[in-house]
Amino acid sequence: MPLEDYTIVIGLEVHAELATDSKLFCGCSTSFGSEANTQICPRCLGLPGTLPVLNKKAVEYAVRAGLALDCKINKFSKFDRKNYFYPDLSKAYQISQYDQPICEHGHVEFYVGGEKKVVGITRIHLEEEAGKSIHSGTSISDSDFSLEDYNRSGIPLIEIVSEPDIRSPEEARIYMETLRSILRYIGVSDCKMEEGSLRCDANISLMPKGATVFGTRTEIKNMNSFRAVQKALEYEAERHAKLLDSGEKIVQETRTWDDNLGITLSMRSKEEAHDYRYFPEPDLVPVILEDEFVTDIKNSLPELPAEKFRRYLEEFGLPEYDAELITADRDLAEYFEAVVAIYNKDYKAVSNWIMGEFMRLMNEQGIEVGEVKIKPEDFAAMLKLMDEGVISSKIAKVVFEEMFNTGKEPKTIVGEKGLVQISDSSAIEQIVADVIKDNPGPVAEYLGGKDKVLGFLVGQVMKLSKGKANPQMANEFLKKALAELSKNQ
Amino acid sequence: MSSITKETVCYVADLARLYLTDEEIEQMTESLNKILEFEEQLNSVNTDNVEPMAHAVPLNNVMREDVVEESMPIREAMLNAPDEVEGFFRVPRIIEKD
Ligand SMILES: [Zn+2]
Repeated sequence: MPLEDYTIVIGLEVHAELATDSKLFCGCSTSFGSEANTQICPRCLGLPGTLPVLNKKAVEYAVRAGLALDCKINKFSKFDRKNYFYPDLSKAYQISQYDQPICEHGHVEFYVGGEKKVVGITRIHLEEEAGKSIHSGTSISDSDFSLEDYNRSGIPLIEIVSEPDIRSPEEARIYMETLRSILRYIGVSDCKMEEGSLRCDANISLMPKGATVFGTRTEIKNMNSFRAVQKALEYEAERHAKLLDSGEKIVQETRTWDDNLGITLSMRSKEEAHDYRYFPEPDLVPVILEDEFVTDIKNSLPELPAEKFRRYLEEFGLPEYDAELITADRDLAEYFEAVVAIYNKDYKAVSNWIMGEFMRLMNEQGIEVGEVKIKPEDFAAMLKLMDEGVISSKIAKVVFEEMFNTGKEPKTIVGEKGLVQISDSSAIEQIVADVIKDNPGPVAEYLGGKDKVLGFLVGQVMKLSKGKANPQMANEFLKKALAELSKNQ
Repeated sequence: MSSITKETVCYVADLARLYLTDEEIEQMTESLNKILEFEEQLNSVNTDNVEPMAHAVPLNNVMREDVVEESMPIREAMLNAPDEVEGFFRVPRIIEKD
């Protein structure tokens, strides 16, 4: 049967590196991109005789994430050892949280095609990051050796485990994007998938529509972009459906996503079936959170994207599309709010400029909101110049780009470049006369009844005036001149 | 009462990457069973209203501030590397050939 006749069941385990300065259990720096093995010490390497000491900020960030995702914050939590041999883990165990994680029972809300979706959060726990392996071959399986860099090992992570509530690959992607948006809002992670500070593993299974028992699941790893999350799950859902249709069994296994080939591949690891022999970490004492500690964090949370979204609809009357796009990024939302705090005449106009030129130039130059040179007050001043008729909307784009590149005030740019709109009647009359003289063909067509040609002629007036003619006046004067011609014919 | 078989000893030894001789397996099985027997005594204690203990030391919340400290010099770290390539720890093949 076709894929539509199956219910897809997906659960995600999302790992986010916390934005602390130092590692989870030692003072090594967490900064990205340093030379290999220059941010390691006896503690994060697990040399004998060393003891871990918990980073308070990491605990604070985990609680912050838990509160933003509506979790219950566990007053009592502890750390456990997860034992396994893998070269990116120099200690041969990872310090994690097993049966008493720091947060549980939360949920996330988002919209999929206009419909509200709620996904449950099973738990959030704190753990340490592993090192990074560079394989000698093209992949791990054809590499005769690997090189290990332990700079990353010991960086604090939160693992956010969802309930199997996700019902499509698209939902999985949007869920991930929503998590990123929230985690960035609350400042606990920079969530850069390309640098690996946000990653996810997905569990997927299929069952016939209406069934209540989940099918056999597979786990997918190595999805390094939001697009890859959706693509990998789409591929895997199809693969399951085909196998089930032909009466074959799904093998419960871990598979890796190959982004170049666009397929998932079985990971035939020699590692024993997961037997991590968890036990309480004897080198760390339990964490007991005081009410005040949690309340203080709760009070310091900013307005979250979902609340902002609702406020943008009500307070600014923005369409859902605009509100969602702008509120997805905290910096962008704050920029928007700074502009409308000065220019409150037309919120939609501000949103149009932000979603249009502002984001186009940002993408083109590969920069973030924080790096944009236009001050919100200059943004507002430019819109006022348009309203006052000093510049046309066409010229505004030129001014805006110049503001974007130089950070200069719009008035200065208009003055320097002589971009003031021509609203002087005689000047426009002269241009109109020139256009009529230079375009006898189109003029004849217009006089012959082809009204559409007017647009072309207006365009010529704008062109000749280098975009500076007042478009309404150009239109009006052109019509008048052509009517004269028609009379005299 | 649970008891530890030779198979269990072999399995755990394998997980821990320990290579035991037949004699050692015999010995380990015996001593592990003895330890288990010893622990069985705890079952005679009534723990109905006792909270499980997470740690043997009566301490909580030992934490440090998020402050960066100096890491160790890479040359020193590499003294422990059985095999080094330009500042990396080189490790043998991870996934065995088919
Ligand atoms: Zn360290």
